[in-house]
Amino acid sequence: MKSFQGGAISWKAADGVIELTLDHAPCNEIGSVTLEELERFAEAMGAIEHECHALIISSSRKEGFCAGADLRELYRRGQSLAPGARVAQVRDFLERIHGVLNRLDASPLTTIAAVHGVTFGGGFELALACDLIIADKMARFCFPELRLGLIPGFGGIPRLKRDLGNGVVRDLLLTGRSINAAKAQTAGLVSQVVAEGDALRVARTTASQLKKFDREAAATAKRFIKPIPREELRREIDLFCELFARPAVEAGLRKFVESTDALPYLP
Amino acid sequence: MSTLEETTEQILQLASGHFHVPREQLRPEDDFFKTLGINSLQALDLLTHIEQHFRIELPDYELQGVSDFRTLAERIQSRL
Repeated sequence: MKSFQGGAISWKAADGVIELTLDHAPCNEIGSVTLEELERFAEAMGAIEHECHALIISSSRKEGFCAGADLRELYRRGQSLAPGARVAQVRDFLERIHGVLNRLDASPLTTIAAVHGVTFGGGFELALACDLIIADKMARFCFPELRLGLIPGFGGIPRLKRDLGNGVVRDLLLTGRSINAAKAQTAGLVSQVVAEGDALRVARTTASQLKKFDREAAATAKRFIKPIPREELRREIDLFCELFARPAVEAGLRKFVESTDALPYLP
Repeated sequence: MSTLEETTEQILQLASGHFHVPREQLRPEDDFFKTLGINSLQALDLLTHIEQHFRIELPDYELQGVSDFRTLAERIQSRL
């Protein structure tokens, strides 16, 4: 299969480039539908990546790249479950999304996240699993999980630690503040900052450039410079689940879901 | 360095241009969420424009409890 059109994502492979588009209202929150479709994509990658050299992930939602996990669904689905089963359900979700992101991380393709607008929480973590982040100058990056009494759960901490100095990691995690694309580039997260609305175009140009390189050499370089921090990723799931089991988290989720605050995306 | 009045005026101009609201309809004491009719995502857009225009970093937690242009200008002023 060289193309797919789902309810939350679509993808197609052409001219050696796979383009995966997130399109799920309001801002590509990652819930069960997105996860299932991302798993389908991860499964399909094996059959198509040998004839490709690059993967571009972008969003067609004007609000941004991705606002993270679907907290409303997470809260709603947990309501009918006993506390132990709620944690088990979350662990299952995390294991599955880690499976997808680890697959992306380990792909021999050069992967590019073309981001704009809100790139928060799980959306930020999806971008961090990619090799390059090309950001629209209006993009903002944030890990707001501490507001809910949680830590990022889609591999964010180990991948941030892999890419950045600990001071920046602590700032992002412990303050929960959002940073703009220019700051993210200065910090070393973003490889290119481009004009508003231009991220996907520049990602395509970059992917065309990558086509000139030997595929095996590019994959070897990637494996060498970007090891997957598997042990820390496992530990992150355990820590997330320990925190998630606390009643304070359920209260935090309820507050978020029921909030009429004008600033639900601000810490 | 700009005065508070100048900073306020620059924010009003920015907001007017970005959200297509005539400048004369915006006053320093206005609640920008109501006057501009914006949600939290659009507020983040405004924040990014402000950071780019004034060449500052303004952590979004600084916006907690801030809803009028003049107070926003004060927060910006302290980082100029």
